Amino acid sequence: MERAGDDPRGALVRPYAVTRGRTEPQRDIAIEAVLVTTARGKQEARFAGRDKQMIASLCDGRAQSLAEIAAYTKLPLGVSRVLIADMVADGLLALHDPTVVRSGEDRMDLLERVLSGLRNL
Amino acid sequence: MDSGTSNGEQAAPSTIRSAKIVVAGGFGVGKTTLVGTVSEITPLTTEAVMTAAGVGIDDPAKVPGKATTTVAMDFGRITMGEELILYLFGTPGQTRFWFMWDELIRGALGAVVLVDTRRVTDSFAPIDFFESRSLPYVVGVNCFDNAPRYAEEEVREALAISPHVPLMLCDARRRDSVKRVLIGVVEHAIAELRLELARAR
Repeated sequence: MERAGDDPRGALVRPYAVTRGRTEPQRDIAIEAVLVTTARGKQEARFAGRDKQMIASLCDGRAQSLAEIAAYTKLPLGVSRVLIADMVADGLLALHDPTVVRSGEDRMDLLERVLSGLRNL
Repeated sequence: MDSGTSNGEQAAPSTIRSAKIVVAGGFGVGKTTLVGTVSEITPLTTEAVMTAAGVGIDDPAKVPGKATTTVAMDFGRITMGEELILYLFGTPGQTRFWFMWDELIRGALGAVVLVDTRRVTDSFAPIDFFESRSLPYVVGVNCFDNAPRYAEEEVREALAISPHVPLMLCDARRRDSVKRVLIGVVEHAIAELRLELARAR
């Protein structure tokens, strides 16, 4: 069985044991950062353990934030973050990171898009 | 509403932008109601576990022997087309969770401080916090049916907020009203950013 780079982290155990006790993710992920399952994730996430499989199916074809993933899987936010960071590193999820440092013009552009989105509600 | 669920086979847009607005205020002030009024999903709750060391508790003696604490956050989602999603996060109101708030507000477009005129002091902590972090915020006075009505100026004075901070009377149960408050947040954030960009030049 393929286990995402022969990494034993996919072993099925309970929160923070799921992550082998690691509480620090491989990379920081904002609570509103959204994730979408990659083509590879659609194929391979089912071999990565129950929690990662559940995350991959949640984000299959619909962008979901870290916060939503934590809520739907009922995993603590910190545990979800560690699992998701692993999945991003393994190419199972694509991360759309909102915290990349942006120029003032880019921030203005985002604010204006949100403003027009709210007006159209 | 569920724009993405039926086309799972299509390629996702290469870049999806997500943004968040924070909704703060005392317990029972209507944060979750406000979020639910405009959210396309029933507000969700996520629980974040924090160790006491990271929490910055004012007085650790108040939680003897407690190494971790759990904070619940309610949030909602507004999908604005394929490439833009706005999240609304209701913050835990307790002052001892400063650490969580820092994570919550990082990258936020702005915030709403929701006020109940019967418990004005509950809004001091979030107002101080957003002021200290220079996060653009508006004050929304949630007009409960049985609460006494005050003139805008009276509320402004009671909260000691500066004149440039927008203050709006609202009803967290009404979509139009909540929409207006959120538009107020973004307009205020745009005005603040314009000032910041002008100063940088």
